[in-house]
Amino acid sequence: MDELKEVIKNYVASEYLEPDSDPIDYDTPLISGGIVDSFSMVSLKRFLENKYHIQIPDDKATPEAFDSVNKIAELVREFTKA
Amino acid sequence: MSNFGNYEERIKNFSWSLSEQELGYQPGQPINIGYYCSDRVCQQGKADRLALIWEGFSGEKKIYTYDDLRRYSNTFARFLADSGIKAGDRVCLFMDRVPELYIGFVGILKTGAIAQPLFSAFGEDSLFVRLENAQTSAIFTQRKHVAKVRKIRDRLPSLQHIFIVDYDGKSPLQEREEAFSMEGLGGVEHYDIYPTYAESPSVLHYTSGTTGMPKGVQHVHYSLISQYITAKWVLDLTDDDIYWCTADPGWVTGTSYGIIAPFALGVTQCVLDSGFSAEAWYRFIEKNKVTVWYSAPTAIRSLMKAGDEIIKKFDLSSLRHLASVGEPLNPEAVNWSIRVFGKPFHDTYWQTETGCILISNFPGMPVKPGSMGRPFPGITATVLSPNTYEPYPQPGKIGLIGIKPGWPSMMRGYWKNEEAYKNKFKNGWYLTGDRARLDSDGYFWFVGRDDDIINTAGHLVSPFEVESALLEHQAVAESAVVSKPDPINMEVVKAFVTLKPGYVASKDMELDIMNFIRKKLSPLAMPQEIEFVSTLPKTRSGKIMRRILHAKEWGEEAGDTSTLEND
Repeated sequence: MDELKEVIKNYVASEYLEPDSDPIDYDTPLISGGIVDSFSMVSLKRFLENKYHIQIPDDKATPEAFDSVNKIAELVREFTKA
Repeated sequence: MSNFGNYEERIKNFSWSLSEQELGYQPGQPINIGYYCSDRVCQQGKADRLALIWEGFSGEKKIYTYDDLRRYSNTFARFLADSGIKAGDRVCLFMDRVPELYIGFVGILKTGAIAQPLFSAFGEDSLFVRLENAQTSAIFTQRKHVAKVRKIRDRLPSLQHIFIVDYDGKSPLQEREEAFSMEGLGGVEHYDIYPTYAESPSVLHYTSGTTGMPKGVQHVHYSLISQYITAKWVLDLTDDDIYWCTADPGWVTGTSYGIIAPFALGVTQCVLDSGFSAEAWYRFIEKNKVTVWYSAPTAIRSLMKAGDEIIKKFDLSSLRHLASVGEPLNPEAVNWSIRVFGKPFHDTYWQTETGCILISNFPGMPVKPGSMGRPFPGITATVLSPNTYEPYPQPGKIGLIGIKPGWPSMMRGYWKNEEAYKNKFKNGWYLTGDRARLDSDGYFWFVGRDDDIINTAGHLVSPFEVESALLEHQAVAESAVVSKPDPINMEVVKAFVTLKPGYVASKDMELDIMNFIRKKLSPLAMPQEIEFVSTLPKTRSGKIMRRILHAKEWGEEAGDTSTLEND
């Protein structure tokens, strides 16, 4: 199990899904699927920055980069490595 | 040649009766938008024409002809009538952009009930105040949103019916809930459309107020007259067009120009039920060969941010007319669209209260990038002195945009709020609450709001509503909410907060408060930044001076601070 992906998945599920919603997996479309909209993306980005002590530049925080747990994990890893 | 033709000729010869005649409406006779959007189009021989091409985020596609729209809207109407819904009852649509939203809207109007569309991203508090104020009788929603309705239904005794359009039987229905499957029930061939008249209420949209809770803007069936002709002339819609309005029908653009006008004109429209992505949008235009595209500045700026390279991957040559609404369209966006699409976005200006486009850059006329354009024929618009409410005699001065009342789609009132309605009129003018200047060619140039309302991505957010919700957070002692500039959304919400004793400002506290507001109100209302302060600027009588905080965010002079406490 990938711990980073689990943290992101659990956070998305607890913060952005209503009870009884269909569960998400690492590839569920978050932005294009309407689970996280562009305004809510700001709070998700803030969560990642706080949790992993990183700064994600606005030009990297695109709807495409936030569209699944897998993609978000990839983005976080890019900045935690730096 | 555009539908509109020559501006001066149109102004000289204009009468709203032109639209009435085209629609075959006789004053004094019944007029029902539901009929004009479906049955009438079929009677004109367009029953087999596509009315709606719908695509979901995963690529799922559904298509509906005008005959489908007629029969399925009858299905909604029959179902509502059988459920005891009567003319004048409020029926809410609380759904994503699924086909049932568009067809249900038409069906509700056929019964004589009032359609009350609400943005599906609203949190439970935003939903509650709007349903309570309207005393809504029934709501159509989806499984993914029903949890929000369940949280508030016990406080809504008027809400007798909760219809779930995609019920899958996996969990039991709860109190007052009922499954409604449009396609499962099948199309209903005949329904006796309720004979509404010009002044019969049709749609109730909620808009944010500066000092109070949201206000229900009440429209009537006669609004069709101006929605039809403005769509024909400003959006230049013709029989052969494939039209895409990107607005959500939770807001007025999504109903006036995303349902009523295109359906009444009998054009084919496309809907993409997906979150924003530049690639997905361009692919959608290419795939459906969209010809007329009505979007919003925030979306256009987001496309600009995505870059020009991506555009080269798609064939967008079908596009022939582009228009924009919701916020002022900056000149850079107009010039960008000329460069990448070979044609400009035409800015249009109007409001929830006006029901139709009032001021616009018209097809076939030179676009002045950054300008709102000129008044639609039949609309008397001016710039008023904020002191006398008299029109400025000369162009160039900044003042209030005032409109002479009387166009067909003007709101007929705020729901149960006569005083707020009266306050919208001064010296015989409807006050839009926006400031602008006129140039010597008669073009309007937007300057800003005349109040504290925040326009974020084309949606109005009330600072009062956000401040009230902030006070419900356990750590918040006081708050003040203002706009701050944003390169994509024009403005976003910023909150200044003082904390109660025992609570400590931190990044995690900021995130907790942001999420609290997002869930209670909506993602739009969520402060994108929270600044923790020890005190807020107040007058000596204790009133928080938002103006000073706003000026700080925008790098402006704070103005008169003589009443400031501790000054």
